[in-house]
Order: sequence, then C-alpha cells, then structure tokens
Amino acid sequence: MEELLHQLSNGLALGGIYALIALGYTMVYGILRLINFAHGDLFTLGAYLGLTLLTSFGLAGHIQAGFATALVLIFSMGLVALVGLALERVAYRPLRGSDRLCAVVSALGASIFFQNAMMLFYGARSLVYPPGILPDASIHIFGAELPLARFLMFAFSVLLMCLLYWFIHKTRLGAAIRAVAIDPNTARLMGINVDSVISLIFFIGPALGGAAGVMVGLYYGQITYDMGFGFGLKAFTAAILGGIGNIPGAMLGGILLGLIETISSAYLSIAWKDAVAFAVLILILVFRPTGLLGERVADKI
Amino acid sequence: MSIRKLWDRHSHSPALFIVFFVFMALLPTLLDLGKAAGGGIAWLDMLNKIGISAALALSLNLILGQTGLFHMGHTAFFAVGAYATAILNTLYGWPVFHTLPVAGLLAALAGLAVALPIIRLRGDYLLIVTVGIVEIVRIALTNNIFDLTGGANGIYGISRPVIFGMVFNTPKLQYYLIWAFTAFSVFFFYRLEHSRFGRALCFIKADEIAAAGCGINVALCKLTAFTLGACFAGMAGTLYAANIRTIEPSSFNFYESVILFAIVILGGAGSIAGVLLGSFLLIGLQDLFRDFQSARMLFFGSAMVAMMIFRPQGLIPRQGGPKLACEIPLLPAPEQLEDASKGDVSDGKKDGGRDAFPA
Repeated sequence: MEELLHQLSNGLALGGIYALIALGYTMVYGILRLINFAHGDLFTLGAYLGLTLLTSFGLAGHIQAGFATALVLIFSMGLVALVGLALERVAYRPLRGSDRLCAVVSALGASIFFQNAMMLFYGARSLVYPPGILPDASIHIFGAELPLARFLMFAFSVLLMCLLYWFIHKTRLGAAIRAVAIDPNTARLMGINVDSVISLIFFIGPALGGAAGVMVGLYYGQITYDMGFGFGLKAFTAAILGGIGNIPGAMLGGILLGLIETISSAYLSIAWKDAVAFAVLILILVFRPTGLLGERVADKI
Repeated sequence: MSIRKLWDRHSHSPALFIVFFVFMALLPTLLDLGKAAGGGIAWLDMLNKIGISAALALSLNLILGQTGLFHMGHTAFFAVGAYATAILNTLYGWPVFHTLPVAGLLAALAGLAVALPIIRLRGDYLLIVTVGIVEIVRIALTNNIFDLTGGANGIYGISRPVIFGMVFNTPKLQYYLIWAFTAFSVFFFYRLEHSRFGRALCFIKADEIAAAGCGINVALCKLTAFTLGACFAGMAGTLYAANIRTIEPSSFNFYESVILFAIVILGGAGSIAGVLLGSFLLIGLQDLFRDFQSARMLFFGSAMVAMMIFRPQGLIPRQGGPKLACEIPLLPAPEQLEDASKGDVSDGKKDGGRDAFPA
C-alpha cells in the first residue's frame, strides 16, 4: 500500500509535467495540424534557462527560495515563449499552405538545431540544479510518508492548466483560438486575425513547456541537452492518449501516462519503462484512434 | 542544347545510372592512383558508409518517397537485419552471405507485423508510431531480448563474407560488394517504379481516394511497399554488420532514422537520383566535417529548415510523377484564400472533420 501510494504520487508529479508539455503539442496540432517536433527542445531550453537564471544571479542566496523560484519560472517561461514565437516566424510561417511533410521536416530541422545549439552552449554533459530549493518536508497519507515536493509539482501544473482552461474558455482571445481551431478560413472571414492567433499559440505552448522544463530541473535535479526528445515523444503520446487537439484531453492523457509509467516501472520492469509508453501509444492508435476524449485520426480505407 | 536542358532530360534516365555506377566501379582504382600521387584519407571507408546508407535510403524511398507513407522508423528494420546476421553468424556459425535472405525475410516480417495495424493511420500519426517503434526496438536490443542481442554492448566478432571461396576482407573488396548491392537496389527500384505496381503507388501518393476508385487495393499496395522496403533495409543490415563487424543498439537510434528521412526528403522524395545524391551529401559531408561535431549538426538542422522553405521538392526532384495537388496543406496562405474560387482551399472535412477544443 505504501509502495503504491509512493508510485501514485510520483506518477502524478511526472504526469503533471507530461500534461504541460502535451498542451503545447495539442494546441499547435489542433490549429496547424503540425507535429511541432521542436517543442520538446523548447522544454529543454526552459530547463537550461531556469538553471542559468537560478545560478548566475545567485537568486536563491539573496531572497526567499520560494519567491526566487517563482521569479525564475516566470522569466524562463517568458524567454522560452519568445523563442517559440521566433521559431514559428522563421521555420513554420513560410511553410503555411505547403505540403504537410515539408512542415514536419522543417520541425525536425528546428529540433536538431535547438538540440545542438544547447549542446554547444551548455556542453554535452548533464548539469545539476542547485539542491534544496524545493521544500524537504513530507506529508503523511494513510500511513505513508510522501515528499511534499511531489504534491507541489502536481499542484503547480494543475494551477497552470486551470489558468489555460480559463483563458481558452472565458476570454475573447480564447474564443478566437477555439474558432481558428474549428475552421481557420471562416474565422478569418469573421475578422479574426489568424496569424496573431497562431503566434499566440506559439507563445502559450512554449511558455508551458518552459515551465515544465524548470519543474523537471527542480524535481529531478539533472538536465541534459537531449532530454527533450524522450519527454517530447512521451508528451505527444499523452496528447494522443487524451485525444489530440483537445485541451482537457492533453491534461488527462499526461496525468494518465505519468501514472502508467511509474506504476509499470515499479511493478513490471524498470528497464522497459520507456517501451511501455510507446506500446501505449501504439495500442491507443490501433484500438481507439480518437484518444480518450478526442477526434478521429484514422482514415478508413 | 543548354546544360540545363540536357540535365532535365537525362537526370532520371537509366543511362545516367549506368554512367554513375561505371564511375563508381572505377573509383577505387582512381583512388589508388591518387594515393600514389599522395593523398590518403580513408576514402574507401567513407564510400562504404555512403553505399550502405544509399541502399538503405533507396528502400526508405519506396515507402516514403514513392508511396508517401510518413515512415521515420526505418532503422528498426535495418537493426533487425543487422542483428539477424550477427546472431546467426556468431552463435550458429552461418556464413555471413547465407544470412542475407534470412535477414531480408525477418525484416520483411517485422515490417509486415508493424504495418498491419498502423497502415490506416493518418500521415503524421504513422510518423509518430514509427518513431515509437524505433525506440521500442532499441530498448529491446539494449535489454538483451531473448538473451540473444548482447545488451548494450551489442555483438562483436562477426566474420567476413565469403563468396565462392573469396574472402571480402579489405575495404576495397567490401566496397565492391556494397556498391554492387546498391547498384542492384537502384536497378530493382527503378524497374519497380516503372512497373504496374509502381504506377499504382504513384497514384496512391497523388490521390488515395481516386486510386481506390480506380480499383487499386490501396491498403494492400501500401502494405506491400512497406514490407518490400523493410526487406531491403534488412539486407542492407547484413551488409552493415559484415562491414562494421561490431554492432550495438546505439547505432540504431532515432537520430539515424532522421538522417535517412532527411536523405530522402532533401534529395528529392521519390527520385532515385536524388536519393543517391542525398546520401553522398549527408553521409559524406558528415564524415568529412567530423571534427566540427555539433557545429555541423547546427548547420544540418538549419539546412533542413531552409530547404523546406526554398526548395521543398528536393535537390533532384522526381520527374514524371504526379503533381501532388491533393495532399492536405497546412493552413492556406492568405494569398491562396483570395483565389478561393479555384477551390484549392483546404477543406476541413477532408481529414475527418475537426472539433478541436470542445467545451
């Protein structure tokens, strides 16, 4: 029981991170029908920027740790979002209206570019976040002693997701995003500036991904330049699991995938933990291609 | 006649391929002459690597370039072939050359098993699943599946291929073997492209629904193309194992798949000449600029983006193929909207109706 609670809480923390990254994939896919392969690398960029901000200004030494972390999070989110905007302008906007394969290849190229830029800049070895930023306390639930940090991670990702949900469903800009996702051409006729909506998407998605990057750094301690590939692919799996293009679906899928991964690595085999995520991906595409909450993705032949 | 016209007329003709392979056959001799004059990079090793990649990229070209299936997991089948050869050779003592058909067959079976459930998926989902499959295969190999694959260290001590008592033990002999296989691949895929089956694939790539309407069994054709491509990848795996003699899971990662994908797309999807050129450029330049490890990849990434923007059809575009007017575009560009009367604006219903962000 205690073991199970540990795995569940761990899975929630990891799932929250997957969900945040998955939101970026799902929003871009919902509007552009493009798998933004570079999104995983924007997430890594967030982790590196967070580390730079955290260490180079010695923030944690001067002001309260919680406040410093919040500042670092906000700044990394903002910076990554700006990079996301630039990415859309340079690599994706010129390809609107062309073959979808071209856009995919462009996304792959951008991903390779970011990965190697980070490797050149920060080195190929993994870097370590300064320890002791997240509180060390634990809480007791049903007799199990669980680290508070896990719940903080989960709570923070849920907070961000609620904010996004509110933004998409309760604001005018959110309504514009939904309209463009449903039918870009009609939306344009209704006076919505589709280009700026797409820019907005490439601002919000990378911001959430950047936040996830900082969270991974804080929670797991270690970051590498190529971690975006693994996290990105799993987050995309999560997005498909929930139903691609569907925002609550990405949240649900992310959390489910986090739980599936931690539980299978605890009870099945840790060496196969990555394979389990991909097996889930294949199974979901074969048996329920709409995802849990989403639209059709398989065409009948 | 201008060079441009000459090139346009002949860039895909069999004569050009014959000239190319005659040149490749003479190349080692030329290199020897060059070496006598003083030179001495390991050109042959590089050319061997290019030859294997070219054969592999040609097999991917059938799936990705000619059929239009977004397949990014080709190294998985390459790995199956290479490991089949390595296991049969080191554990069971089969001569390397005898493992060639088995490697091809096993890779084809793997391809069939993978393709059967996923062939109906929409383009980019197929892509993401095949990426997942590369990872699963790599993880399986690293975890020493069936206690045969030697885990993360891989398998070493694969023997040299022997044909009619002749041992292919020098880079030069390997070179002839590898490039003979590449030449055979070019011949095979060229003939295939111009066969009834090849034309069916061409049609499917251009317009699946129309193809089905004309009585082409679309799913069967796609499956056949996928399986055939996987089979050739497996045989290329045999050559790779025999050439490198030590194989390990990390040589079959996602990254290698991306390079292959890029060879086909940048060279010119569906164009055999383009794929050959792409292999030379991507593998050869990578080898030459080995000293600039990550700067070279930085350049490679930007080049992929730039190519897609400025020359999406590839370096040597396919000729005689259909105009791909029917693929579902990304959002139409504003100027496309203005001539909506032509009817080339993307139709939301085409991809199954979208109801993103439901309340």
